[in-house]
Amino acid sequence: MDTTQKINISEDSVGIVETKYYTYPDKIKLESGVEFGPITIAYETYGTLNAACDNVILLEHALTGDAHAAGIHSADDKKSGWWDSMVGPNKAFDTNKYFIVCSNILGGCMGTTGPSSINPDTGKPYALDFPVVTVEDMVKVQKILIDHLGITGLLSVAGGSMGGMQAMEWVIHYPEFVKSTIVIASTSKLSAQGIAFNAVGRTAIISDPNWNNGNYYNGESPANGLAIARMIGHITYLSEESMHKKFGRKLQDKTTPDYNFDVDFQVESYLQHQGQSFVDRFDANSYLYITKAMDYYDLPTKYGSLALAFRKNKAKFLVISFSSDWLFPPEQSKDIVKALMNTDKDVAYCAIESNCGHDAFLLEKDHQTRIIKSFLKDAFKDK
Amino acid sequence: MKSHYTESKGLHLNYEIILNNIKAGSKVLDLGCGSGELLRMLREKKQIRGRGVEINESNVIKCIEKGVSVVQGNIDEGLKEYQDKSYDYVILSKTLQCTHKPDYVIHEMLRVGKKVVISFPNFAYWRVRFHLFFKGTMPKSKILPFEWYDTPNIHLLTIKDFRGFCADRNIVIEKEIFTTRALIRDNLFNKIFSNFLTEEVIFVVSK
Repeated sequence: MDTTQKINISEDSVGIVETKYYTYPDKIKLESGVEFGPITIAYETYGTLNAACDNVILLEHALTGDAHAAGIHSADDKKSGWWDSMVGPNKAFDTNKYFIVCSNILGGCMGTTGPSSINPDTGKPYALDFPVVTVEDMVKVQKILIDHLGITGLLSVAGGSMGGMQAMEWVIHYPEFVKSTIVIASTSKLSAQGIAFNAVGRTAIISDPNWNNGNYYNGESPANGLAIARMIGHITYLSEESMHKKFGRKLQDKTTPDYNFDVDFQVESYLQHQGQSFVDRFDANSYLYITKAMDYYDLPTKYGSLALAFRKNKAKFLVISFSSDWLFPPEQSKDIVKALMNTDKDVAYCAIESNCGHDAFLLEKDHQTRIIKSFLKDAFKDK
Repeated sequence: MKSHYTESKGLHLNYEIILNNIKAGSKVLDLGCGSGELLRMLREKKQIRGRGVEINESNVIKCIEKGVSVVQGNIDEGLKEYQDKSYDYVILSKTLQCTHKPDYVIHEMLRVGKKVVISFPNFAYWRVRFHLFFKGTMPKSKILPFEWYDTPNIHLLTIKDFRGFCADRNIVIEKEIFTTRALIRDNLFNKIFSNFLTEEVIFVVSK
């Protein structure tokens, strides 16, 4: 892993990294009851596994993330991993101290088996033959990877948004395996509002004539539908204030409006750009499957109550919320904290003031670094 | 709530007194726990299971560093997340006079805690009285260091006020500890004239 090429790589970067793959040859039983396999898992690791094997942190990505959390893939790679600001030497997830693992989720399209993967039985992409998966299924697959890597316990499991959902399933399913968890801008159950936005996104994809019941891998992809889904999603990741600050009512490359339906405002242009660039990297069917998994996420119903869900939990919790996050508002983080408190579990809760909306978990580097560093330091020391 | 108290000796005494009045192995909620020092001491010396509530982010981080279980929040908003009588002790150290709704905060503490420990500076302390009487300006001292316009101490009170408050609400005063200039004053004279001679008081109450 330790690539020592010195090509304009800043000192606090993990440098050039490589996505690796592991294929689990058997089938696993999904939450829906369906048996599914084989499963290929794309993952990256940063830092070094210590001899005691007690410095492992598993990072969980959100809806559209991937295994590439930090560093770059080649010397001329302009885009670093999705959490590069937080993962690296001396960063919040300090690769000098910890061994970091991040994998692409089941149902994704960044190397782990998903609807765009080839079905070995047919030699064609699964498309809608891919089974509906849940957050629990994603976590089960990650456990297979962790076992494959010979890791016998996790110092921490951390993630924002849907990553936080996975982190909670981890401590619920493997209470003896996980020492601490960091749940950022997340929820114990997706709200009606969250489901609603996901439903609109999915409808945009399904309504695209190119979608063709999911069978588009040989032709035009439902790019318009997926772009609209991304545009809607992106609005929910920002806040009114951050949008106002970033764009206001400013016009795009013009001083007077055109009085037609082309792009007038900067915010329009920005959303269109977000939509278009997303289409190039993401699979529409994966978007359907993953948002559905989020919709199904409901720990209180699944386990009887949130307190019952955490009954066997032994992990220390760090819960972080952001004041302007209206997709996963602080109240939903507080519900998690409340359930943990009322069952005498160890929990620290930080409510960060931020105007960045839900995206704050990717942007609020300084606050999160201080908080997470302290938390991990204590968790690592307290073995 | 951010602690306004700067005199370390007094602070230490305050912690020592609280420490001595908490049963080993009990469950403690510290409101306005600052950097988590009291909870850390309680954990080490009394093996308590503790939790803190703190409004200030950098203090919250200090708590996390110490491994103190801390929840960022504003105690003026109440203790909604906490169940009735779920803690053996709820502590409010040097913070009562900073709350916006002291009556509500005390009510909530008594709901959540079997016993409540509250400390506050006594505004009827003779030096405070004399300051107001002779100087004619709002009293300032080591434990009340602020100007009238920037003080967080918006609900100053006296020992007599607090006793009256408890009597009106059937709150049982289990213990009163009087301190002045960082020493416990427990002789008879200090007890009889407590409202005049006490700089800072610690009450243990229950309901």
